[in-house]
Amino acid sequence: MPQKAEPAPKRRRMRRFTRRDVAVLGVLLGIPVLIDIAIVWGPTVASIGLSFTSWDGIGDIKGVGGRNYEDLATGYPAFWPAVRHNLLWLAFLAFVATPFGLLLAVIIDRGVRFSRFYQSTLYMPVVLSLAIVGFIAQLVLSRDNGALNAVLANHDNPVDWLGDSDINLWMVLIFAGWRHVGYVMILYLAGLKSVDPTLKEAAAIDGANARQTFFRVVFPTLRPVNVIVGVITVIEALRAFDIVYVINKGRNGLELLSVLITDNIIGEASRIGFGSAIAVVLLTVSLGFIVTYLVQELRGEKGR
Amino acid sequence: MSRSSHGAGAAHQVVTGHPMSRRGLLRTAAIGAGAVTLPSLLAACGEGPGGGGNSITLGSNASDPVPKKAYQKVFDAYEKKSKKTVKVSTKDHNDFQENINRYLQGSPDDVFMWFAGYRMQFFAKKRLLTDISDIWKGFKGFSPALKEQSTGEDGKQYFVPLYYYPWAVFHRKSFFTEKGYEPAANWDDFIALAKKMKKDGTPVAFCDKDGWPAMGTFDYINMRLNGYEFHKALMAGEEAWTSSKVKGVFDLWGELMPYYQDGALGRTWQEAAQGLHKKETAMAVFGMPLPGQQFPEADRDDIDFFPFPEISPEHGQDAVEAPIDGFLLSKRPKNEPGAKDLMKFLATPRAEEVYLAADPTNIACNDGADTAKYSTLQKKAVDLVSGAKQISQFLDRDTRPDFASTVMIPALQTFIKNPKDVDGLVNDIERQKKSIFAAE
Repeated sequence: MPQKAEPAPKRRRMRRFTRRDVAVLGVLLGIPVLIDIAIVWGPTVASIGLSFTSWDGIGDIKGVGGRNYEDLATGYPAFWPAVRHNLLWLAFLAFVATPFGLLLAVIIDRGVRFSRFYQSTLYMPVVLSLAIVGFIAQLVLSRDNGALNAVLANHDNPVDWLGDSDINLWMVLIFAGWRHVGYVMILYLAGLKSVDPTLKEAAAIDGANARQTFFRVVFPTLRPVNVIVGVITVIEALRAFDIVYVINKGRNGLELLSVLITDNIIGEASRIGFGSAIAVVLLTVSLGFIVTYLVQELRGEKGR
Repeated sequence: MSRSSHGAGAAHQVVTGHPMSRRGLLRTAAIGAGAVTLPSLLAACGEGPGGGGNSITLGSNASDPVPKKAYQKVFDAYEKKSKKTVKVSTKDHNDFQENINRYLQGSPDDVFMWFAGYRMQFFAKKRLLTDISDIWKGFKGFSPALKEQSTGEDGKQYFVPLYYYPWAVFHRKSFFTEKGYEPAANWDDFIALAKKMKKDGTPVAFCDKDGWPAMGTFDYINMRLNGYEFHKALMAGEEAWTSSKVKGVFDLWGELMPYYQDGALGRTWQEAAQGLHKKETAMAVFGMPLPGQQFPEADRDDIDFFPFPEISPEHGQDAVEAPIDGFLLSKRPKNEPGAKDLMKFLATPRAEEVYLAADPTNIACNDGADTAKYSTLQKKAVDLVSGAKQISQFLDRDTRPDFASTVMIPALQTFIKNPKDVDGLVNDIERQKKSIFAAE
């Protein structure tokens, strides 16, 4: 890629495209752009528009200005807990599950005994959908019939793992993390395998200890993997839905923005305007991450 | 629909910055969106003309094996009698309910299964149903309470009731004899009984993980304390939740709370019913099919109930909560005369007898239905509902669906978690109620 396009070659380059090239390019670019507009930006803009209306999906659409947002912030008890839980979810995945996955990857990469076995065991939950993980969580954590309480054998005062709103979110996070750790581990494992061993040797010759070698040499070379893992972590945290929906429809301590959107828009409720307002909030949160990420990427590109 | 495409959008945007996966993601998004829209399009095509003449289309939500088979027997009986064909399309019970808005606005079947009360009136008001007052005039054997439940806000009839099942205080007959428990007739006795049960180590069963089972208890305390008319007005959004009447309901309920089994919010109704069967708990406010489905066949005769106790002498035990299932006629049916003829048949005792022979956890709406084959429990249920001055449906059937699911379920769960803060709770409910009912 030339750093700067000079004025004269610009016209020449234009001419280099034959009519057929233009047609091919137009089709190849145009179709994705149209699809993108139709199924991504169209609904997004529609959601934003609907969020200022009141509509039950049957009758007329009535504009209500910012009332949905006002109700959301002041009169919807589930809203702020949902925001908090989403952020907590993100923090847990980012600061607990992801580093733990990295740790496991490093340990396995060093070649502990039975590493293949650990690798496949840890990766196994990744192939399960979160809905299935939710079912498993219920089998383990149900107060009356769950495996965990049977093992603890505390019959007089068993812990209500999924019903007590002070602890159920943490229980669900452990199960969501269980799956996330395996995912992160396999990504890092692939990354670590591709790190040039001579880098480590060079670091060792320079007198770096194991910790320095990892944080100063190996980890920075993992940058592409870090980016992917970061993106996956954010996506997993914001789209979390199925596991709590399976467990208790995302109520009583397990509220999430995605669940509130579903509850309000889908189903008999059909508060489409109100639900769209929640969707816009989730979009705003996502945009925050997208913008940060894009800015960093673009800057990184320039720096390279 | 809007949510799922939006969700795909959000996920997509997060990743677009990564050039490697962009195209793959687009493709996935396209397929995803296709998967969302395609079935509804196909369904819309599939539901094209096919009615008219001698065939009637019927939308069924009876996806469970027992009711599905029972309904099929009813339609077979009609086909045999009328020489017409009934084309039944059965959808998953919950899916049917969730998609009802779109279903009714698309090209619905001529006749479809639904619930009585506000949940039917809501769609009547939106002009998505056809008035059947003309044939209702000829129906025989329905009580005035049933007629009221079949009537829209405009005073016209829309609904053909088939069966219902009462809510009451259920328990095991043998366990009550063993422990010497007596059914409670009034609130003080009820609390005393609950207290004794808790002391004996077999508390009152309680569950609300599913969100709806606790509504039955709320409805009953409300109707016993404030009467059926207040229940109706409260559900219709006309009364304030902050009134002392509503607070009184929560206060009374709070008296019962200490005698419930712990961990209600982590327990499904199935688990609660199993606990009742295993004699871990002594009684429960349930609907008839709940213990009926969870008790093994051999112990079903041991199920017994007593009506929810009296709280205020003014209202006695007048109202009974008994959700009714039945049929509605969609707007602009393709074969209106045929559909009405089918509905006339569905309103007969014969149709109900055929149904209940195959699904005995309910009772017939029509007084003319033969009750000779009923179990003792069914007979008792008939006595309960036929003696009722008013019949309520259930909290989530007597009010707007959005209010029931997005406000009342979380509110009741909050109350179960913290029965002390009644003021904060009713203020929350009232604020949300205003915004939801203002949407009209």
